[in-house]
Amino acid sequence: MRMKRYLGLVLLITIAMMAMPTANHSGKTVSAQGEKIKVYTSWPLSGGTQAVGESMLKAAELALAHYKEDHDGAGPAGFEVEIVGLDDASPTTGAWDGTIEAENAQRCVNDPECMVYFGTYNSGAAKVSMVITNEAGIAQISPANSYAGLTRACETCAEGEPDIYRPSGEVNYFRTNGTDDFQGPSDASWAYCLGFESVYILDDTQAYGKGIADEFERQAEAIGLEVAGRASVESTDIDFRALLTDVLASGADLVFGGFVLDSGGPQVIQQMNELGLFEEDVYFMGPDGMASPALFDQIGGVEIANDYVYISFPGPLPSTLESEKGIRFYQGYVDTYDEEPDPYAIYAYQSMQVILDAIERAGVADRAAILEAMRTTTDFEGLSATFSFDENGDATVSGFYGYAVGDDTFIDGTLITPTMHETCEVASD
Amino acid sequence: MSIDNQVFIQNVIIGLTVGGYLALIALGYTMVYGIIELINFAHGDLFAFGFFISLTIFAEINPEIPLHGSGLYFTLPAVALLTMLLTGSLNLAIDQIAYKPLRRAPRLAPLLTAVGVSFMLEAIYAIWKGPIQIPYPRYFPKEDYMENEHVISFFSKLGMDITEWRIVSFTTKDLFLFGVTIPLVVLLTLFIDRTRIGKAMRASAQDREAAMMMGINVNRIIATTFFVGGALAGVAGMVWGLYINSGRFTMGFEAGLMAFTSAVLGGIGNIRGAVLGAFIIGMIKAMSDSYIGSEWTRVVIFGILILMLVFRPSGILGSTQSIEKL
Repeated sequence: MRMKRYLGLVLLITIAMMAMPTANHSGKTVSAQGEKIKVYTSWPLSGGTQAVGESMLKAAELALAHYKEDHDGAGPAGFEVEIVGLDDASPTTGAWDGTIEAENAQRCVNDPECMVYFGTYNSGAAKVSMVITNEAGIAQISPANSYAGLTRACETCAEGEPDIYRPSGEVNYFRTNGTDDFQGPSDASWAYCLGFESVYILDDTQAYGKGIADEFERQAEAIGLEVAGRASVESTDIDFRALLTDVLASGADLVFGGFVLDSGGPQVIQQMNELGLFEEDVYFMGPDGMASPALFDQIGGVEIANDYVYISFPGPLPSTLESEKGIRFYQGYVDTYDEEPDPYAIYAYQSMQVILDAIERAGVADRAAILEAMRTTTDFEGLSATFSFDENGDATVSGFYGYAVGDDTFIDGTLITPTMHETCEVASD
Repeated sequence: MSIDNQVFIQNVIIGLTVGGYLALIALGYTMVYGIIELINFAHGDLFAFGFFISLTIFAEINPEIPLHGSGLYFTLPAVALLTMLLTGSLNLAIDQIAYKPLRRAPRLAPLLTAVGVSFMLEAIYAIWKGPIQIPYPRYFPKEDYMENEHVISFFSKLGMDITEWRIVSFTTKDLFLFGVTIPLVVLLTLFIDRTRIGKAMRASAQDREAAMMMGINVNRIIATTFFVGGALAGVAGMVWGLYINSGRFTMGFEAGLMAFTSAVLGGIGNIRGAVLGAFIIGMIKAMSDSYIGSEWTRVVIFGILILMLVFRPSGILGSTQSIEKL
């Protein structure tokens, strides 16, 4: 008799568990909830990119606070918006993890109040969650992903991209920052203009790192910047001496590294210095994945990077923003949190604004309606530029800036483009 | 000398330095395996502990960077001894708490416990120092002998102009690494070959029960083994920190796997085999990084591990107890 009772209970739980995801997939149960809307964020809040992730989360909260300030304390369309900050970094590796990212996306899908999935930081992680949010019909917006293949086909992208991330066939993923197929070539042209002649290209074998390194290589070959070598590194390795010996022997005067903070970039810079590559006038150039002051701590002090490191970023850095909104963001951030925002905090803030705007225009707590509203974002006045979303979900305006490291910070921000090599005066070294 | 030859020479130097610190770690693996037939997967994390604890001690003392005078001849050895003591004690404690109660359990139980201890230690390091790249300040003074007047004039008498050798560098740090690792390896070998405790260790390794019947306190011998193994891994972590100036909480896992492979390659349980294996693996790593591509290095190294286990499980120099018994 007792056995039977338990059996019934187990059966009940099983049925309930089976029923739950189906109910959410339909998307119909959500609109009746009313009052509250949740935005799930997913990016590393621990590990090598912790500093960046935490700053982005603070920026998102700030965007919400500023929005309420402008609307007499009311949220978009009267809804109470709650930001749920999830971490997609693994405690065992300190870097983003596909399994955790999938769980995060699933949590949003399973929460009827979750209307927007806000993430990821790493493009590789987006490959995982995009499929899940796409099937569920939830809007996803990234504050940082720059791998081109997530939204459109490109020459160096994998086959089948981006359709493999869109099982439903609909576009549900957006981003407000520029992409690597623009950044990589811009970096190569910039390197050419800086007077470099021969480059050794490294990457971390990840979607982002390898993607941007491929784009850099393609452009370098096209504009006559010699590629002295190409290698991939194991991101958990700490000893790159043999590889860097090879770099020194190759005669390259620049190392381009497709890295993020937790995939080997800081070690490469640190060991380039240690092995005397900087002394031999071999410089380092890295993409936006390394554009954070956290880089300086991890290499053991900014003085190591001074004068020998170049980093590009999709826009002006926070302290150099000139628009009224930009200044409000920067000042507000510094006043509220008593620290400098990370460069990517700009995009977290801007993406959060897009989310709030979409909720306002949708007017209802319905995943499909909010997705549709986000898709039709037009002439949106953000921090970095005024933009719309094209049919792929990309922002229509996206410029990259190149920075040198000097005087213990990022200096000399200049607009860089894939065509700048045609007109620039090549600096002589 | 051509660039290619210079690259080769430099890779030999790098291979030797990698081999040097791997040897110290591999010794711990092999000693513990020799005596209680446990592959102590947490051993690599003791290497990381040596790195972190010495970093902490240095930060407490806060010496001038780089070390010089008394700092070099007094503080440095003192920190090294303290690091060895603490890391050895940690390994001893791990054995007493986690492995000793399982001495008579099936072989799999302590093995899994060791994996658990490894994860636990890594998580603790991540909480302690943060799961990021940790810079290790340049405490050790660095000078490149290839730029030293005396060395240059010495080589020029031999008819070689080493100022032309742009790629090759051999610094005080390289010398320091060899100066610590090689004497320690030799001392340990002598310790096991010549001393009474060493003899007791060998006896315990051959037959634990028989050794016990002969009046050897096997428990004390096992404790000594864990302490010595831990101390060696600890000093390796410190030397590596001073040498490479960077590390992270997972560094022990990586180094541990390499060292374990070295121990198997040389013949697990065999002291000389572990040292030989470490230098071979170090050399393979350097050559593979440079000539094949660093993304292939793990494939090469673990490929060798698999081939070794399949075709010659007793290793190059022969295992005291073949790993087949695992």
